[in-house]
Amino acid sequence: MQAMPKWADAVLIPLISILLAFFFSGLMIWAIGKDPVVAIQTMIQGAFGSTNGIGYTLYYTTNFIFTGLAIAVAYHARLFNIGGEGQVMLGGLGVALVCLAIDWPHWALALPAAMIGGAVFGAAWAFIPAYLQAKRGSHIVITTMMFNFIASAFVGYILLNYLKVPGSMSTESAGFSAGAHLPTFHEMLAPFGINFSKNAPANISFLIALLAAFGFWVLIWKTRLGYEIRSFGASETAAKYAGINPVRITIIAMMISGALCGLMAINNVMGEAERLIDNAPEGAGFIGIAVALMGRNHPIGIVLAALLFGFLYQGGAELTFWEAIPRELIVVIQGLVIMFTGALDNMVRAPLEKLFLALRKTKEA
Amino acid sequence: MDYLTILQILDSTVRLATPLLLTCLAGLFSERAGIVDIGLEGKLLAAAFMSGAVAYVTGSIWLGLLAGVAASLAFSMLHGLASITFKGDQLISGVALNFLAAGLTVVIGQSWFALGGRTPSLSGNGRFGEWNLPFSDAWSKIPVFGPTYNELISGHTALTYIAILAVPVSWWVLYRTRFGLRLRAVGENPSAVDTAGVSVVRLRYLALVIAGVLCGLAGTYLASLAAGFVKDMSAGRGYIALAALIFAKWRPWYALSATLLFGLLEAIGNRYQSIAIGDFVIPVQFMQALPYILTVVILAGFIGKAIPPRAGGTPYVKER
Amino acid sequence: MVSTTSQGRQTPAAPPASEPLAIELRGISKAFGPVQANKDINISVHKGSIHGIIGENGAGKSTLMSILYGFYKADSGTILINGKEVHITDSQAAISAGIGMVFQHFKLIENFTVLENVVLGAEDGRLLRPSLAKARKLLKKLSDEYELSVDPDALIEDLSVGHQQRVEILKALYRQADILILDEPTGVLTPAEADHLFRILQGLKEQGKTIILITHKLREIMDVTDSVSVMRRGEMTDTVKTAETSPEELAELMVGRKVLLEVNKAPATPGAPVLEVENLTVVDSHGVTRVKGIDLHVRAGEILGIAGVAGNGQTELLEVLGGYQNGTGTIRLKGEELDLTGSASDGQSRRARGIAHVPEDRHDEGLILEFSAWENIIFGYHHDPEYQKNALIMDNAKIKKIAREKMERFDTRPLNEKLEAKSFSGGNQQKIVLAREIERNPDLLLIGQPTRGVDIGAIEFIHEQIVALRDQGKAILLVSVELDEILSLSDRIAVMFDGNIMGERLPSETDERELGMLMAGINTGADAAQTGGA
Repeated sequence: MQAMPKWADAVLIPLISILLAFFFSGLMIWAIGKDPVVAIQTMIQGAFGSTNGIGYTLYYTTNFIFTGLAIAVAYHARLFNIGGEGQVMLGGLGVALVCLAIDWPHWALALPAAMIGGAVFGAAWAFIPAYLQAKRGSHIVITTMMFNFIASAFVGYILLNYLKVPGSMSTESAGFSAGAHLPTFHEMLAPFGINFSKNAPANISFLIALLAAFGFWVLIWKTRLGYEIRSFGASETAAKYAGINPVRITIIAMMISGALCGLMAINNVMGEAERLIDNAPEGAGFIGIAVALMGRNHPIGIVLAALLFGFLYQGGAELTFWEAIPRELIVVIQGLVIMFTGALDNMVRAPLEKLFLALRKTKEA
Repeated sequence: MDYLTILQILDSTVRLATPLLLTCLAGLFSERAGIVDIGLEGKLLAAAFMSGAVAYVTGSIWLGLLAGVAASLAFSMLHGLASITFKGDQLISGVALNFLAAGLTVVIGQSWFALGGRTPSLSGNGRFGEWNLPFSDAWSKIPVFGPTYNELISGHTALTYIAILAVPVSWWVLYRTRFGLRLRAVGENPSAVDTAGVSVVRLRYLALVIAGVLCGLAGTYLASLAAGFVKDMSAGRGYIALAALIFAKWRPWYALSATLLFGLLEAIGNRYQSIAIGDFVIPVQFMQALPYILTVVILAGFIGKAIPPRAGGTPYVKER
Repeated sequence: MVSTTSQGRQTPAAPPASEPLAIELRGISKAFGPVQANKDINISVHKGSIHGIIGENGAGKSTLMSILYGFYKADSGTILINGKEVHITDSQAAISAGIGMVFQHFKLIENFTVLENVVLGAEDGRLLRPSLAKARKLLKKLSDEYELSVDPDALIEDLSVGHQQRVEILKALYRQADILILDEPTGVLTPAEADHLFRILQGLKEQGKTIILITHKLREIMDVTDSVSVMRRGEMTDTVKTAETSPEELAELMVGRKVLLEVNKAPATPGAPVLEVENLTVVDSHGVTRVKGIDLHVRAGEILGIAGVAGNGQTELLEVLGGYQNGTGTIRLKGEELDLTGSASDGQSRRARGIAHVPEDRHDEGLILEFSAWENIIFGYHHDPEYQKNALIMDNAKIKKIAREKMERFDTRPLNEKLEAKSFSGGNQQKIVLAREIERNPDLLLIGQPTRGVDIGAIEFIHEQIVALRDQGKAILLVSVELDEILSLSDRIAVMFDGNIMGERLPSETDERELGMLMAGINTGADAAQTGGA
């Protein structure tokens, strides 16, 4: 017997959790002497008020769809991958190396190659913690966290010693050639007579992210591999009984996770910066955690949550500009969302369960 | 390398190891009670900010210390609320704490001081003074011993001595008191503690209180050392302390050695941009990453196996 | 046969004037979410008696006693100890009221010493050393007094299960308990160890202590208790004096209708050997040798029952045969060798070879509780071409249809393949597992604890299915810790003790007593010379 109807579990609880997170965010804005209503208006205006704003919002959304899906794949195998940041960093290196390798004639050739580069580098970076967890029992949360720091040092070293343009002051690689530039929304929508902002970084990667979300759904709920990943995640002992190899599933799930993180680099490195810069992910790997939790590890939820965080990111930037509220406001909201949707679930769930139980009893009586 | 250089590196090791040691012991108490504390970083950062802010406003680092401990405690209690009272995921709530601290310190700091998240510089009584132990000047002329005593042993701030003292105290509390027995028990098998008539919730909260206080000391130390708070100034020390804790196999004396080792690595990394061994140059980035690499090696069980407390990571729910 | 209906006699046996009531529970109710675990329970236990509580799995026995021990809080009702009302809000309150409890799953800290475990929560002052010194003396006195000798400095993880149980009893006595509750204490003990435990309980009773024994074994109730309460589906059906009842009557009270305690089956007509095991040795991940070079075989059309106390190597034997534990030695299926360590040593390969496996632990192995029934019905067989739409995608619609058919044939209730596995009762969960494994038409069925946690109604159905499979000429290896089940189902019985096969018997030529001796490692039979020294 279930205590609650399914829709309440899938929609009502996350909704209340998010509202609570936003309530406390508003409280904080009020506490630092700003008007929460004005803040929200500024954010909405900044994120959706112009094609430029929308372009930025969707650019961030693209990042977060990739990392959210990445964290969720691992989570279906009950692996908590907090190494997304490092995997995105390595993915960026992979994409940059591909883009710089030859003078690409056309983006349609460069993109698939860059996707492979990013995915392979991200997956490889996830492979080591996965192997250590599966074979040596090293706790994946700690190892992936360590690998973030190692990735930062490693990519910094490569960038400084091998990719940096000699004589340049800034720590960044050379710019990619024109053949490796991805079509932006401006270029993609112009044939349809839509005049999308030229400056906004949203690009074709957004569509690839949506495809990835669909692929995620097929993988997890329609394929044998997905069935095995979910089985292993729900019960390792049962998985062993059924002949599902724990080592194999741990490594595959983590490598898919790492590959999805690595794929994010086609958006930020190839699509936006068009060069490799230091600390390119800007925390997107961590936001993936909040996105996956909030989206309940389901692609539809993840896309919606990514859109919400894309809005927060772009709106937050506007807030900094117009209201002098630091960008770190987003980090606070992110923390609140993770806390309420991820850790304080029972606080919302317990009273709701009681409520539904009472409702059922009155109905029966 | 002459003796004085070595002494200077060792002295800097002690300085850098102090916050690590305090944070590591904080983690030791909470993890021994069965709460995996990935939120150490956030507690550390919150304490650094509040102590820096209050020390600047009041001009007293001791009042700053109180505020730092209070901030860290508040974070600890939030961790407890999520992971003990509401039986939420310890790791996820810890991660949330880290984000909250990273964001709140800057947002509030900007609102209070409008310096882009920094606090104004601390000076005078706004920082901890160095304690010169007796005879440090008189003995400084004695060869080898004199400089060692003067440079290395004497001349640190109060918190360094407190941190070192905290090691035997922690050992004694854990292994020689009723509270220690119960604390270790609750990290191994909370339902045994529950059925023995001892409150699991109370014990775990107490452990988090101790962890909060220790992180508060560590954070205040950081703010005092750097003469003020700077955005993200904990710079991953909470994670390094967690790594040191694994290295130390959750034992107080080992924690001292582990944090000194990590402090030494950092000190060497700070002093030399790159280290040449013959023709081979070790890049500075490698030195920065070394504590993390070492921890991964330890975790992989290549150098001895680290067995964590058995009930760690799982909220206590009475089974049915 | 006494004809008692479920209403039964409501008048408890009259208390002798000299013995006051030690425990009185009035109107205790407790719900876990939508599940009513205890409903308006009344019970009285006389001082200085052994009182049994019997009932099926999930009848609410453990919940009731956990309420008395303060582990759970009752929703309503009152508790009287020695005639005075007490408010037991937590275990500390229960301990203060003189109650001690030995849980089914011991509440011990594995890497602490016996002494530390005994002292925990009952220390004498804030410092540890004086407490330990004092406890050491008292522990010695208690162990001598009650035949409970155990090394105070041994680590719990180094002790046998029987000794761990002694530590639990010592814990209660150290806290000066007058009332001792034991929850299924003999599940992990050999018959000899169980007898020793009962002697200890008699001794405690003579000292004036009150003992409550929770069990599902009718024999134990008849042997050691003075009075017995029967529970069914969260309610107390009756309380009777043990001397005035019979096992049949108790069984009927437990189930609410007449029960066949025997299985109807024709004699076996065994064919050629299907499974042959030679010199099988299993070393577990901790380096402990669990199975020590055993030989056995199962023929087509027969049930080989493996008897033994839990933890004597049966689990590892099933795991090796099921493909998820490495072993050394030789295993042949229909004459062909199985891979024991290599790449073909996994559950998938075993299933492909025609071995079906109903595992001992339904919740941790046989089912994914969060999965719906239809997802569980392909578990382990999910690579089967029958379940695929194409090379990549599974045919979920077809799987749902197949699942419903299978569930219908196995009389699974409710007949809803979309329901999560955890929403089914124990018996219906087991039917889902059986439907999955038996319907594959295997050559060999491995089946562990087929009726653990299963209601009596479903037990009959499950036993019938096993016998029917045998009659189709399949080989069946049955592992069970329930001697009754082994005796009534098996065509041959092998007894395991400490990783060895102690002996083999025919059910018609042996009895519980002899099997009990074998389970304790004592072989007095004709085959003693071959296996006794192993």
